[in-house]
Amino acid sequence: MAEVLLKNVRKSFGKVETIHGVNLEIRDREFVVFVGPSGCGKSTLLRLIAGLEDITSGDLLIDGKRVNALPPAKRGISMVFQSYALYPHMTVFENIAFGLRLAGGGDDAVKQAVEKAAGILELTPLLDRLPKDLSGGQRQRVAIGRAIVRDPKVFLFDEPLSNLDAALRVQTRIEIAKLHQDMAATMIYVTHDQVEAMTLADKIVVLRAGEVEQVGAPLRLYHHPRNLFVAGFIGSPQMNFIKTRATGTGPDGVRCALPGGGEVTARVSAEGVVEGEPVTLGIRPEHMGAANGGVGVEGKVDVVEQLGESHLMHVVLPDGQRMIARAPGDAQAREGGQAVLGLDGALCHLFRDDGLACARLS
Amino acid sequence: MAEAANLHAAAPERARTGGEGSELSRAKVRSALLFLAPMVVVLFLVAGWPLIRTIWFSFTDASLSDIGNYGFVGVDNFYNSEWGGLLSDANWWTAVWNTLYFTFVSVSLETVLGMIVALALNVKFPGRGWVRAAILIPWAIPTIVSAKMWGWMLHDQFGMLNDLGMTLGLLAEPVAWTASPDTAMLAVIIVDVWKTTPFMALLILAGLQMLPSDCYEAARVDGVHPVRVFFKVTLPLVYPAVMVAVIFRALDSLRIFDLIYVLTSNSQDTMTMSVYARQQLVDFQDVGYGSAASTMLFLIIAALTLATITIGKVKLGGDPR
Repeated sequence: MAEVLLKNVRKSFGKVETIHGVNLEIRDREFVVFVGPSGCGKSTLLRLIAGLEDITSGDLLIDGKRVNALPPAKRGISMVFQSYALYPHMTVFENIAFGLRLAGGGDDAVKQAVEKAAGILELTPLLDRLPKDLSGGQRQRVAIGRAIVRDPKVFLFDEPLSNLDAALRVQTRIEIAKLHQDMAATMIYVTHDQVEAMTLADKIVVLRAGEVEQVGAPLRLYHHPRNLFVAGFIGSPQMNFIKTRATGTGPDGVRCALPGGGEVTARVSAEGVVEGEPVTLGIRPEHMGAANGGVGVEGKVDVVEQLGESHLMHVVLPDGQRMIARAPGDAQAREGGQAVLGLDGALCHLFRDDGLACARLS
Repeated sequence: MAEAANLHAAAPERARTGGEGSELSRAKVRSALLFLAPMVVVLFLVAGWPLIRTIWFSFTDASLSDIGNYGFVGVDNFYNSEWGGLLSDANWWTAVWNTLYFTFVSVSLETVLGMIVALALNVKFPGRGWVRAAILIPWAIPTIVSAKMWGWMLHDQFGMLNDLGMTLGLLAEPVAWTASPDTAMLAVIIVDVWKTTPFMALLILAGLQMLPSDCYEAARVDGVHPVRVFFKVTLPLVYPAVMVAVIFRALDSLRIFDLIYVLTSNSQDTMTMSVYARQQLVDFQDVGYGSAASTMLFLIIAALTLATITIGKVKLGGDPR
């Protein structure tokens, strides 16, 4: 059992407040990912949970016990750092064992624990090497080994994959996911990479400027973003936004004018929306059919990015707004030509002037 | 000596790049030699030439009163059956012992105190910049000035050290700090430690600031006791920087002259090799014998430095990790 509870947690550095009252409930064995642009406070929040920074106000509870005043070592956590934080003069064995010696138990117990962790992470042949003789991925595994050997209640990961190359990142990501299954521990993971967030998380916490924007399961955030920021942050390429006006409301949604004429009925709750108010229509690139008939917007194809399995068409609308549509890899698309991008009202998001989303009906 | 070791360490590097014989690397070697040439010339003029001359004079009977007129006497200045020579002079060996004792005690004290000061200055606290600057003051004062200043503070009749000790009841009667055989060496060591601890602290501080901070956070998360972190993490990582500082300081104290000469003059109790050589050269006008003492001084320092570098496995100019 290791629940982590944050109650109105605030952090100030001098006079500058960087975390503005975060409330968060992390259940036992949950994999929670903090995600957000750089400077959003995600690493600070993790360091507050770790005890590497003091909490200015609010409560942090681990397993129902308030731990604000406890040093990191007494919180039952272990942490994997972005830069691995290995001791450069110690072998892999010594690195993993270093934090362990004080926990009690003789040399044999330490040796057994280290060898078990090394076995899980396939580090056994490397135990006598120094960190400088290891590859980036191996160093990262040593850092993870150092964390698991202490058998903590909560694992904290601070951007653990950002120093690895792309292929290794995918591999290590899968290893971490497997580790979470095997260890049955609570994990809190900080990243700016939304692919990591989507694939690893049971629950994503989107942060911006020290505030929680939305908390939820990855697909919940993808399909039902609470506001413009989350809609733009989750998903790649980012969601297309069309600034327009509501031209009518009804039980089946909100009608919106489209640039270049025509209308689309976004299938969202019309509650509170008044006719003529400025709204932002959102639609993901993968939901913009190239030729679905029905309603659509027409524009000039500016750039085509060929990814192999699909094309990304960058289209400039007559009023200058840019759209990105994901078309199948075999689609015929020429740069400089005209394209009609279909809009399905059932797949549209609608955001009011304050940035908040209207609830989707489907 | 440090420069010499550096040049030595760079030599295999040069051989490797030059050995390929490609045009680019030959051009690189040429420009490197061009940049090195002025320094080599200057070093030869200010260090090499006087050294060679001193070694030459040590085999002669030259005198300061008529330095142009001398004869070659072989190794007589070092050893001869007639009057013994340098190697059988008890005063010389006392000077050697004094120098080694002084160096060992003062450098050890400076290393420990410098480490403590450096660790304190490595912690962030308000006004740290000011404290860092202030701590350098003893080192910034010219040795002659601080020696004179301490000379007065240690004075047997008017010195504040005696006054303070008597007032507080620590001393029963005034102590002739610099004149008494029991305390002269102690007095000199106190002044040297006071003066050069800041230098040591600064060099060690520079080493401490290079240490990766995330290791310390990892140790905090793992709950490793700070004392253990110091001995198992900080000390091994800062060791190369400390050893370089120790070698610098040891070289300095092995040739100590000014502080001792000002505080205790030619006293036998504190006479070091440099003071001995000066006494022979200037007071006794015996350039040949004095040069022999200087040559021995040079050989002893060279041997000790080589020993320290070898035993301490210090890589001068290399990657510290």
